[in-house]
Amino acid sequence: MTKPLVAIRSVSKNFGEFQALKNVSLDVWPGEVMCLIGASGSGKTTLLRCINQLAVIDSGGIWLDGELLGVREQGGRLHRLGEREISRQRLKTGMVFQRFNLFPHKTALENIIEGPLQVQGRKADEVCAEALELLRRVGLSAKADSYPAQLSGGQQQRVAIARALAMKPMLMLFDEPTSALDPELVGEVLAVMKELAKSGMTMMVVTHELGFAREVADRVVYMDQGAIVEQGRASDVLGAPREERTKAFLSAVI
Amino acid sequence: MRPAPALAEGFPDLSGMRIAREPHWFRWISAALIVLVLAAIVRAFANGQIEWSYVSRFLTAKVILEGIVNTMVMAVLAMALGILLGIVVAIMRLSPNPVLKTVAAGYTWLFRGTPLILQLLLWFNLALVFPTIGIPGLWSARAVDVMTPFLAALLGLGINQGAYTSEVMRAGMLSVDIGQYEAAQAIGMGRLRALRRIVLPQAMRVVIPPLGNEFIGMVKATSLASVIQYPELLHNAENIYYANSRVIELLIVAGLWYLLVVSFLTPLQMLLERRFARGTLRLAR
Repeated sequence: MTKPLVAIRSVSKNFGEFQALKNVSLDVWPGEVMCLIGASGSGKTTLLRCINQLAVIDSGGIWLDGELLGVREQGGRLHRLGEREISRQRLKTGMVFQRFNLFPHKTALENIIEGPLQVQGRKADEVCAEALELLRRVGLSAKADSYPAQLSGGQQQRVAIARALAMKPMLMLFDEPTSALDPELVGEVLAVMKELAKSGMTMMVVTHELGFAREVADRVVYMDQGAIVEQGRASDVLGAPREERTKAFLSAVI
Repeated sequence: MRPAPALAEGFPDLSGMRIAREPHWFRWISAALIVLVLAAIVRAFANGQIEWSYVSRFLTAKVILEGIVNTMVMAVLAMALGILLGIVVAIMRLSPNPVLKTVAAGYTWLFRGTPLILQLLLWFNLALVFPTIGIPGLWSARAVDVMTPFLAALLGLGINQGAYTSEVMRAGMLSVDIGQYEAAQAIGMGRLRALRRIVLPQAMRVVIPPLGNEFIGMVKATSLASVIQYPELLHNAENIYYANSRVIELLIVAGLWYLLVVSFLTPLQMLLERRFARGTLRLAR
């Protein structure tokens, strides 16, 4: 029997008084494409950030590829991992940010090879060849030597996807990857993500693009006020929602 | 295609007309006044009790040239020490570790809180506190031999500069978007590597103008080292006028050299700024 790639169990996260995640449990299976939807403040971005440990959970546990994240169990207690261990665990995930966060002082190619060269310590010629192949895959072969400021938002986000893929992650996390884009640039980024989904990558996508969710997602998860309200096949959750809150959200969005 | 509606009458076509130049009378008058005032000042100095032949003779005297070399050597070394300390202390200040944070804040407090000339005198007179210094059992020496004017000036100026530079560096690091730290972490970088590879290069663009300021200040602050016998420009100029009593002439010589050096530093700073502005201009390359 296969095991889930990500197992989230009873995870809670507070920001001061605000409960961002309330006792959330969820499995993500290898090769699955999961879309997380919900209003802003519903906890979907926080859940993503907890998985790659940009946010630290207050209670519960997250296992990635069978390994407990951020802490180590010893003598009936949990001990926080050191920075080096956390960095190592992060290598299993790739993150794509809403605001791209490309390194502005580096070209597209330099952005992509930075991690493999500096963190993984791999050989430059091999890494460059892979990076150029990734740029070709996201349709930006001609832009290898361009700086982020010389690229459109859609092009920057495609470079950011290539940068995340260069680390050869097992899981790709997308945090509203098209929300900061002009409407006419959304399509090119979604096309790259669709191609990635077809290649069998496991993906968790926080998105407001319900069309993308309907077409690509194996499962849609609707969150509200830090909890999972409803989940299932895209056609079911988006087409025939059972919960009142899901219905209200969908009718407000569409 | 639908025809465009007819345009309204009474709005003539201005496309062939040029914008006339304004005479700007006030600018001409004020510029003329300023030139007059400047000429009066120059005339006053030319007729004053200054022997200009001394100025031109000592401008390139060997002792003065040695002084300017010593000034520049000290300014560059002390600034290098200051920047090094500044970066380390700024990183400590922004670290999550409360011990490092407190040490960094204490350093800045102590060395910004006391006058530079006092710190120079303390370093130079360290032998009064510790007659011998060294590592017990390994090495020791008399403090008067170790604490030369050069070393006292370097430590005094560099450590004091570090306290100011750390705040400049901290401001630069804070100016880098938090998303850059997160993106660096997301590709598996630790805190220090993210700082070195991603944050500091971007912070440099912001800190170069204030650092240029600080370096110009440092070139002039080396003159304080004259009180501890470091043979820099002002010290050597003073030694000459103690002998020949041409006080004003030699002070003018020193002043001209400081002005000349600082004038060369500004274009140098622009070159550095261009180097670190990579990627920020849309038309870079």
